[in-house]
Amino acid sequence: MNKISPELERKLTLAVEGMPAFPKSVQKILELTRNLNTDPKELVQVIEKDPVITLKILKVLNSAYFSLPNKITSINHSVVFLGFNTIKNLALSIASVGILPKKNAAHFDVQSYLLHSLTTAGIAKLLCSKLRVPGIDPMDCYIAGLLHDFGKVVFAQFLPEEFRAAMEKARDEGISLHIAEKQIIGADHTVVGSMLAEKWQFSDTLIDCIRNHHSPSDDENAMWASVYAANQISKKMAYGNSGNPCVEELPVAVCNFLGGDIDAIIVSLGGELSKIAEEASLFAQMDSGA
Amino acid sequence: MKIKFWGVRGSIPSPGPNTVKYGGNTTCIEIRTDDNQLIILDGGTGIFALSQTLLKEMPVSANVFITHTHWDHIHGLPFFIPIFIPGNTLKLHGAFDPISGRGIEQVMAVQLQYSYFPVREAEMKASIEYETLMPGQSVQVGDTTVTPTLLNHPVINFGYRIDCNGKSVFFTGDHEPHYNIYGPDDESFNEYQMLIDDKEKTILAAMNGVDVLIADSSYTTEEYPAKKGWGHGTFDSTIAMGKKAGAKMVYCTHHEPTRSDADLELEFGKVLARYPRKAGDPDYRLAREGEEIEI
Ligand SMILES: [Zn+2]
Ligand SMILES: [Zn+2]
Repeated sequence: MNKISPELERKLTLAVEGMPAFPKSVQKILELTRNLNTDPKELVQVIEKDPVITLKILKVLNSAYFSLPNKITSINHSVVFLGFNTIKNLALSIASVGILPKKNAAHFDVQSYLLHSLTTAGIAKLLCSKLRVPGIDPMDCYIAGLLHDFGKVVFAQFLPEEFRAAMEKARDEGISLHIAEKQIIGADHTVVGSMLAEKWQFSDTLIDCIRNHHSPSDDENAMWASVYAANQISKKMAYGNSGNPCVEELPVAVCNFLGGDIDAIIVSLGGELSKIAEEASLFAQMDSGA
Repeated sequence: MKIKFWGVRGSIPSPGPNTVKYGGNTTCIEIRTDDNQLIILDGGTGIFALSQTLLKEMPVSANVFITHTHWDHIHGLPFFIPIFIPGNTLKLHGAFDPISGRGIEQVMAVQLQYSYFPVREAEMKASIEYETLMPGQSVQVGDTTVTPTLLNHPVINFGYRIDCNGKSVFFTGDHEPHYNIYGPDDESFNEYQMLIDDKEKTILAAMNGVDVLIADSSYTTEEYPAKKGWGHGTFDSTIAMGKKAGAKMVYCTHHEPTRSDADLELEFGKVLARYPRKAGDPDYRLAREGEEIEI
């Protein structure tokens, strides 16, 4: 992990404290939807408490595709109309997108960031589920992938000038963004991202994944390898963009977990990759209110 | 109108000595209208044997209606032989999927990916058309009208009613009758019950008075509690639905892959004993691969 000065640490801590709490309803939905036998009643109650998610679900139901004679106005009715499982998956996709930032700061292209995060999440989950490591839930990999670059959002919001300079430096010199961040800010987005994950009280494995998605880990597990590789694959396939022009080589430990280098992994995923990309752009659109 | 069953098995093809009589292929039903239009309900593995019989009546113009996109209802589509022969037409109908945001065209796109099937869609010689339907939106096939109704399954599932010259068939695809997710003590219980009752009325109206009802009867009532929420009906729920809809004949289908011919008949016998047939009741039957009826 990077060594940072006490002064910088204070600054970053302040920034992290300025970030909103991780939405309870989203956390609950992510939690409930990973259980195959979710109690429908419980999920409906969680969704109903979140007006934004509720509205988005109702919008899908009342879209032209179902040509309803009368508008559907409740989640209960949505469940009866489309079936519980469909509503469950709709809620999951809406919740995933909902936690990502919406407005631009420091010329940070949020739509491209969203795509990068969603594809990294999807690929990480896929890689992890192929590894079938007992005790590691592919859904945790999804969340880790979704949030791995969240530190950049903190930078964009609280250190916009420095972050913008780091992005320009990375682009002009063709170096990795996290290296440019270290040079200009003194710490990279993995540091502040993992601090935020700590504040949100995520599991240690998840925090570690975010902290070490550009570096070796003391605990090199399947989740870490999946997220590490997924991030690079998403960049190599040019799915979205989170300000980092470089595709870095995968550490040997990551290749060992996943049975090959980045090209071999991409080949092994085949058509599943484009499916993930397609789904991600759909999720991203869903959030833009389309 | 003629109806022929080419696949009656649920979930996964189940060939072998224990399923010789009722058959091991997954869902596929052929319908020949009075003006000899070809309508195919679902593209489970049964569609392969059906497609071979079509080679003698080319050019083939097939109207396929997909109830939903679970494998057992689409698995045979890439093996529908007429699609490899120029001059034939395949028109695929089905629902919009709100999760993927795609229409019925995804059914082929997903199956014909390079790693999973040797022929790409662009290489298929027949003309393939797609029509994504809205619930309640009827489609005309010659003299025949096909109308989809939204039923209850883990993915969007259409039941189809086929009306031709005063005769009618309704096929549910996979369907679990709605149940209340709340307990009687919950505040939302009554509201939810009203929504379900309303929905049931719509479903019964869609199949009202059909000559033949073909319905998902995967489980026995004893098996059901462990499978609640999986999206399938029981023999008993099918019988109740057939009675309420005033169907003349009811076929139980989507047989469990592990159920042998003997077990199937044993369970069905028990159910029939529970519902001794009274005047006006439907005629109850087990769907059997290869069986053909004319109405
Ligand atoms: Zn099925
Ligand atoms: Zn199904």
